[in-house]
Amino acid sequence: MIKFLFSRSIQGMVLLLIMSFVIYALIGLMPGDPIDLMISANPRISSEDAARLRALQGLDQPLMTRYLNWLTNAFSGDFGYSRLMAKPVFEALQPALMRTFQLMGVVFVLSLVIALPLGVLASRRPGSKTDYTINLLAFAGISIPPFWLAILLIILFSVTLGWLPAGGVPIGDGQGFLKTAQYFIMPVMALTLANIGGHTRYMRASMIETLKNDYIRTAKAKGVPEKKILLHHALRNALIPVVTIIALDFGNIFSGALITETVFSIPGMGKLIYDAIIGNDFNLALVALLFATVLTIAANFIADICYVALDSRISYGGQKQ
Amino acid sequence: MTGASLKRFIHKINIFIFVLLLNGNVSAAKPGDSLTIGITQYPSTFNPVIDAMMAKTYILAMTRRPLTAYDQDWKLVCMLCVTLPTIENGLAKPERTKNGKRGIAVTFQIKPEARWGDGVPVTSKDVVFSWKVGRNKKSGVGNAEFYRSLYKINVIDDKTFTLHFDKLTFTYNSLGGFELLPEHIEAVNFSDPLKYRYKTAYDTDTFNEGLYNGPYVIANRQTGSTVVLEKNPNWWGRKPYFKTITVRVIGNTSAMEANLLSGGIDMIAGELGLPLDQALSFEKRHGRKFNVIFKPGLIYEHIDLNLDNPFLKDIRVRRALIYAMNRDAINSQLFDGRQPKANSSVNPLDRVYADDVPVYDYNPAKAIKLLKQAGWKKTRKGIRYNDKGEKLSFTIMTTSGNRSRELIEQVLQSQWRAVGIDIRIKNEPARVFFGQTVTKRLFTGMAMYAWISSPESVPRTTLHSAHIPDKFNNYSGQNYTGYKNPEMNRVLEKIEVELDFRKRKNLWRKLQFMYARDLPVIPLYFRANAYILPGWLKNVKPTGQQDPTTLWVEDWKR
Repeated sequence: MIKFLFSRSIQGMVLLLIMSFVIYALIGLMPGDPIDLMISANPRISSEDAARLRALQGLDQPLMTRYLNWLTNAFSGDFGYSRLMAKPVFEALQPALMRTFQLMGVVFVLSLVIALPLGVLASRRPGSKTDYTINLLAFAGISIPPFWLAILLIILFSVTLGWLPAGGVPIGDGQGFLKTAQYFIMPVMALTLANIGGHTRYMRASMIETLKNDYIRTAKAKGVPEKKILLHHALRNALIPVVTIIALDFGNIFSGALITETVFSIPGMGKLIYDAIIGNDFNLALVALLFATVLTIAANFIADICYVALDSRISYGGQKQ
Repeated sequence: MTGASLKRFIHKINIFIFVLLLNGNVSAAKPGDSLTIGITQYPSTFNPVIDAMMAKTYILAMTRRPLTAYDQDWKLVCMLCVTLPTIENGLAKPERTKNGKRGIAVTFQIKPEARWGDGVPVTSKDVVFSWKVGRNKKSGVGNAEFYRSLYKINVIDDKTFTLHFDKLTFTYNSLGGFELLPEHIEAVNFSDPLKYRYKTAYDTDTFNEGLYNGPYVIANRQTGSTVVLEKNPNWWGRKPYFKTITVRVIGNTSAMEANLLSGGIDMIAGELGLPLDQALSFEKRHGRKFNVIFKPGLIYEHIDLNLDNPFLKDIRVRRALIYAMNRDAINSQLFDGRQPKANSSVNPLDRVYADDVPVYDYNPAKAIKLLKQAGWKKTRKGIRYNDKGEKLSFTIMTTSGNRSRELIEQVLQSQWRAVGIDIRIKNEPARVFFGQTVTKRLFTGMAMYAWISSPESVPRTTLHSAHIPDKFNNYSGQNYTGYKNPEMNRVLEKIEVELDFRKRKNLWRKLQFMYARDLPVIPLYFRANAYILPGWLKNVKPTGQQDPTTLWVEDWKR
């Protein structure tokens, strides 16, 4: 176990280092820099001004030098300032991170709580009316773009019925749970419906595959009740591939949902990362994307541990016992 | 869980949802003394001298007063000063600098009652401090040209000061770009100019009332989403009507519309609101419930022609292009007649507009004649070729995702195709288009975009040959067409320094005639901004130029 933890930690760190360079290089390779954008917006900026501003922001240095400077500072705990928000990166990141965590965390939990039972239910009798109905709903969830659904929800609940605020986030402290929840109902609905479809399909497929195994047939022959076969014998094994998908999805909790956040005017991580990339805010974009990478790595690490818990044949070394 | 307990659980959830929805019905009740405005952008900083951004200008115009501004009639007026200095009233005096250059000394007096939100008077100290911040090369101020030209300030007393400029231009008394900073708060943060950008109280202590000298102060904000303004307790001007103004940022314009209809916002700002096509459609559907004002202004939509392109070098081809365009039809069909065609870069509402400037009306026959004269005689599959077998083909580029521009491109493509010109459309995200393609002159044929300016703004950087961007001048300057005309250079230089309005107007007329004759740019139209206001909101007067409507927010009322 200790060896496994150690080797995965080293792998994770190497991956993070590589990712930091890849992200930095990709943003750096985008055409133009913040000063070019400034010049196009302000006809009065002279060539001297442009050179001065580039030097001030370190943009006159080669990309590799800038990256190495950033990396050296990062190792000493200084991740720099956000150019767009004029504050330290973590200070700029924190509110968006919290908001996205609240939104996507609820979406994540809700979609699992709804999708996994639906997938199991559909797999009981493939081709039955229940299966067709669940499949239809799942495909609808997958096919409907969340931003379009978001607009429909706004028209229904805000414009027509006037029940919910059409977007935004509550301003000021101490707004209370109910007040805050009002703002999140529609975004949660839009994103959950989209997620449910995919998870239901994965769960259903995995369950159908597992239910074909010999040991299930044996259990049935022994007269084990169907409920017990489904939940005790099949579900546990069927969850292994689903856990992998869930682990990959986990990173999304912190990287946000750009379009839905834009439609509902929620200043979350999706919008923040997009603005940072478009605005050439290297520090902010880099740290935000690395944060999502760290969480994805961590989630996959947890998934590996879950595999062992779910299937005793799997060991930390990856060999069968 | 038994059946009964499950039922109880579901019942509890139903009650919770009902309470939630009941509680959520907030949009119907609106206090009479508050106003919520929807805009599409959130400012990256609230510091008035760092970064130029319309969202910041729009919000800060409610919290700060510039020394001078252009009003709704595009007249220069005093806002923080007592009298507008002119040579005629003796407050501005031409002088020679130490180097013998023609300069001018301009004396301003700050209104005696003007003070910051914490009660500290606005004084000459603030003027000198703001100038020092602007002049410091490490402070990160974008446009340092103004501060370089303003080489000395003489403080006469607490409220009076004289600015010495090393250049005598007709805009000597316009200080719109000179933003005052409160010395008593910001001096500490400026102790290390290199870190000023990150230490400025506008971002670290945004709710400090002392940062503002306008009718409102920033009382709350949710980064990226909302800014709440409350009445400035020490405002020295006419009392504003609204106790609270909330500015909500909604990036998606469909969601913005839904917010307006649901009561989430009261109005949509024209400066940063719905695109014209969406506003026109909104007016048709909901025009009776709202007051929709279309204000054409100083946003000049045009097509830059790359004059290094061998085909576009020929004036006959450029003229053929404009004769083949039915700009009146585009205006009436796409914009409901709200965006009349432009004849040059000067807006007809500007006092220097020349009424007799040559106008290019739609005339495809003339376009064909000109193309034939230019050697484009042969046609194959409807496209023209010259004797060398070269195809008359251009690429037009604009910002992808801008529906109006993309629509215009398609119409122009078919209109130009009708006279034998092949057009390829290649659009790019604004980030790439403005970040590289336009600024580094990488477009090979045409680039469609807009300029926003102030009244009587001299287009020196877009038309003077010294402002053609290249690697030697660090790609500065906005003469993206590569237009070189010594005569135009002379006129531009003369306009800037001509103080006599009649003589200046004559020079402007020359400029417009040359512009129409040489056609380095194809003028399209002056963009109209759509202000969508509730019927009960009075006295909102759109300006149609760089100084936003919110500079007169104290006039707004129910």
